[in-house]
Amino acid sequence: MGGNSPCASCKLLRRRCAKDCIFAPYFPSDDPHKFAIVHKVFGASNVSKMLQELPVQQRADAVSSLVYEANARVRDPVYGCVGAISFLQNQVSQLQMQLAVAQAEILCIQMQQEPMVPTPQLDQLEDDKSFLLQHNLLPHHHQYLNFANSSTNVIQDSLKRESIFGDMVS
Amino acid sequence: MTMNPRRCAACKYLRRKCPSDCIFSPYFPSNNPQRFASVHRIYGASNVAKLLQQLPVDHRAEAVESLYFEAQCRIEDPVYGCVRLIFLLQQQIHNAESQLAKTRAQIAVLKPENANHNSQVQPFEITDQSDNFNSFLPGQDCVADLGHFNQTSSGFL
Repeated sequence: MGGNSPCASCKLLRRRCAKDCIFAPYFPSDDPHKFAIVHKVFGASNVSKMLQELPVQQRADAVSSLVYEANARVRDPVYGCVGAISFLQNQVSQLQMQLAVAQAEILCIQMQQEPMVPTPQLDQLEDDKSFLLQHNLLPHHHQYLNFANSSTNVIQDSLKRESIFGDMVS
Repeated sequence: MTMNPRRCAACKYLRRKCPSDCIFSPYFPSNNPQRFASVHRIYGASNVAKLLQQLPVDHRAEAVESLYFEAQCRIEDPVYGCVRLIFLLQQQIHNAESQLAKTRAQIAVLKPENANHNSQVQPFEITDQSDNFNSFLPGQDCVADLGHFNQTSSGFL
């Protein structure tokens, strides 16, 4: 921008860095690796197209997420970010199982401590546990394969459950 | 070089002949043109070809699946792509950990002698989880990027 040194993108692409260079605000010259990795995975022209289609105030986040994905893909060329997603899903699964077991334990303790309530049979406790597990447990590993088959619904379904974006959603 | 009698979706899209050793054809059958269109839109054909060429053949199908998934996420959400899912999952993990800690604290109150042998489950420490997660990420750059998200999208993390 201006008469200063070219941004990292224009340096890598060996071209003049125009005043209105679309990359310049997000790829400063002091961090050449950032653009290099995004260019390697997505390509400069794809990144440029993606940024042009976004309002200016969303471009910084878009660049950050592209860099994140590009880094993940370079680190794991087979699974990229999907590897991390799969790992996190497993963690959620495990945590929900542990939570279900802990909640079942509380039920058990409470039932034992209630003198008026008859002590439930062992198999009824097992039924309670399996009920909790059935309703809290996520599908098994390799769920990303289900994502791949129904990916258009993935983000929408997730958003319905977690409305953390509110007004941020474009 | 012999050509495929029926071009794969990639070669159809790129309007070129489909050689018998086409790198795309095993993964982009002609009956699903949208699949290659999505991947091409986000990554570009030459980037995908380069990526596949660098992988052993038995890993390429999985790679294409994950590329397609990420491309679809990016098309649906041009700002955050599949990274949004990662944030949501991290939030779910955080919420589940809090709930688990509260539940275990309740157990400890209700029955103090049970506090140490909690249904044979492993304790789930937040620090262990973040270390494990970061091992799936390319180091500090990504953690810094997640921090950057927090500045511009309140409540995202």
